[in-house]
Amino acid sequence: MVATSVSKIFIILLSSILVNNFVMSRFLGICPFLGVSKKVETAVGMGAAVTFVMALASVITYAIQYAILEPLGIGYLQTIAFILVIATLVQFVEMVIQKSSPSLYQSLGVYLPLITTNCAVLGVAILNIQEQYTLLETLINGIGAALGFTLAIVLFAGIRERLETAPIPKSLKGFPIALITAGLMSIAFLGFQGLIK
Amino acid sequence: MLENILWPVVSLGIMSLVFGVGLALASKKFAVEIDPKVEEVRQVLPGANCGGCGFAGCDSYAEAVVAGEASAAACPPGGSDVMAKIADILGIPLDAQERNVASVMCAGPCTEENKKYQYHGIAGCRAVSMLSGGNKGCSYGCLGLGTCKNNCPFDAISISGDGIAVVNEDKCTGCGRCTEVCPRGIIQLVPASQGVRVLCSSKDRGKTVKEYCKVGCIGCQICVRACKFDAITFEDNLPKIDYDKCTGCMVCVEKCPTKSIHGDLSKRKTASIDQDGCIGCTVCIKACKFDAIEGERKQKHKVLEDKCVGCGLCAVKCPKDAITIQ
Repeated sequence: MVATSVSKIFIILLSSILVNNFVMSRFLGICPFLGVSKKVETAVGMGAAVTFVMALASVITYAIQYAILEPLGIGYLQTIAFILVIATLVQFVEMVIQKSSPSLYQSLGVYLPLITTNCAVLGVAILNIQEQYTLLETLINGIGAALGFTLAIVLFAGIRERLETAPIPKSLKGFPIALITAGLMSIAFLGFQGLIK
Repeated sequence: MLENILWPVVSLGIMSLVFGVGLALASKKFAVEIDPKVEEVRQVLPGANCGGCGFAGCDSYAEAVVAGEASAAACPPGGSDVMAKIADILGIPLDAQERNVASVMCAGPCTEENKKYQYHGIAGCRAVSMLSGGNKGCSYGCLGLGTCKNNCPFDAISISGDGIAVVNEDKCTGCGRCTEVCPRGIIQLVPASQGVRVLCSSKDRGKTVKEYCKVGCIGCQICVRACKFDAITFEDNLPKIDYDKCTGCMVCVEKCPTKSIHGDLSKRKTASIDQDGCIGCTVCIKACKFDAIEGERKQKHKVLEDKCVGCGLCAVKCPKDAITIQ
C-alpha cells in the first residue's frame, strides 16, 4: 500500500464533498435527493443511511475488486458484484433502521430499498477503482461522497421546507420549483470548482 | 475455456452465499417484534384488500382489530366465518351477524327503442351518466356499462344480455364497493337470506314508467295491500320492504302486475307438521293468515301445500314446536 499523505486525504475529502459533489456536480442519486427531501429530519436520516452504505460499500467493493475480481481476471463482473454488495448492505441498513427507528423507517418509505439502485453508491465504488485509490483513500472518498450527498439533501430539504409556505405561482408549486431550486443549487456548487487545482 | 466459466460462477456464488447467510443472521438479530395476534388475524382475513371494513387494507384492519379500534365484525367479505375466527384469536365474544349481499335494483331489459341516444363514448357508467343523465329512457335504471363489475374485487357481478348488471349472490361478499361506484346509486346491500327484492328504482309516476319500461314499478300499491305482515311501505313511488318484518312469503311477488318485485318462487318454503308432535290444539289454524292449515280440534292438522306460502308464522306459534319450515 502506497503511503498516503495527510494533504492528499484532505484533498480527496474536500473534492468529494464540495467540488465533485455527487448530487450537484456529478448528478448521481437524484431520485432520493428529490424523493426524501421534503423534511430536514428524513433528509438527515436518509443521509445517514447513505453514508453508512457508501462507506461500507467502498471498503467491501475495494476488497472484492483487488482480492477476487482482479486475481481471477474477471474484472468485467465488477458491476454485478458491486450491486450484490450494495443490495446486501441496503437490506442490512433497512433491518437496522426498522428495528431502531420505526418512524424514520416509515418516512423513508420506498426510498430506503431504492438505495440499492442508487447510482451514487455504485458510482463511488466504481470511481474508487477508476481513480486507483488505496484502501484508505477509498474509505475517505466513500465517506466524503456520502457527506456531500447528505450536505446537499439536507440543504435542499431546508429550502423545500420554506418553499412550502412561500408564495409560489400555482403552476410551479411542488416538483417544478423543487427542480428549479436544485438547478440553482447546482450552479452555486459550481463556485467550488476552482477550490482545488 | 472451462476456467472462464468456472471462476465467475464460483466467485459470484460464494459471494452471494456469504451475503445471504449474513443477511439471514442479521434478520434474526434485528427482527422486529410484531404482535403475533396481528399476524394471526391477518392470516384468517380474505386478503382481497377490498376496503369494505373502512381501513386501507387487510393489514391495517388486522392491526386495528388487535388494537381494539375496530370491530371484529367489520370485515364484510369474511362473513361470519372470519368473524368467529377473529373473535377466537382475540378471545372476545361475538354475535353472529346476517350476511348481506349486493343487489342491483333494476331488472331492465332496456331495448334499443327505449334509449335516448346511441352512446359510443368511454365505456363506463359514470361517463355516460354525465351525458344528459345517461342514454337509457329511464333516468334511474342500470346503465349496464359495468362500472360495478370492474370494481368488484370478487368477480361477482356480470352484465346480462339485456345490458343489466347482475350480482352472483354466491360470490358476493357484501363489501359494498359497487354501491359506492354506481353513479345511479341503485345497488343496495340486502340480507342474503331474504329472497324478495324490489327490482326497480324509478321514482317516476306509474304512467311515466310505463312509457319506457315494461318491468318497472307502476305504483299500483297492490303489494302494500297484499302483504299480510305490513312489511311493505310506499315511498317515492316505490315499494320499500322492511326486511325485519318480511317473512319471505312472496305473496307480493305473485301479485305484482309488472313483476318488478322479484323472488324465486321455486325456493318458496312450505310448512310441514310433525304428525307425532301435533296435539290438535288449532293454534296454527288460527295463526295462519292464508287458511293453509286445516284439521279439527284434537285431531292431527294438515298443511294445504298449494295454499301455504312458508311465512313461518305457524311454526312460531305452535306450542309443541311440531311445525318445521322447509
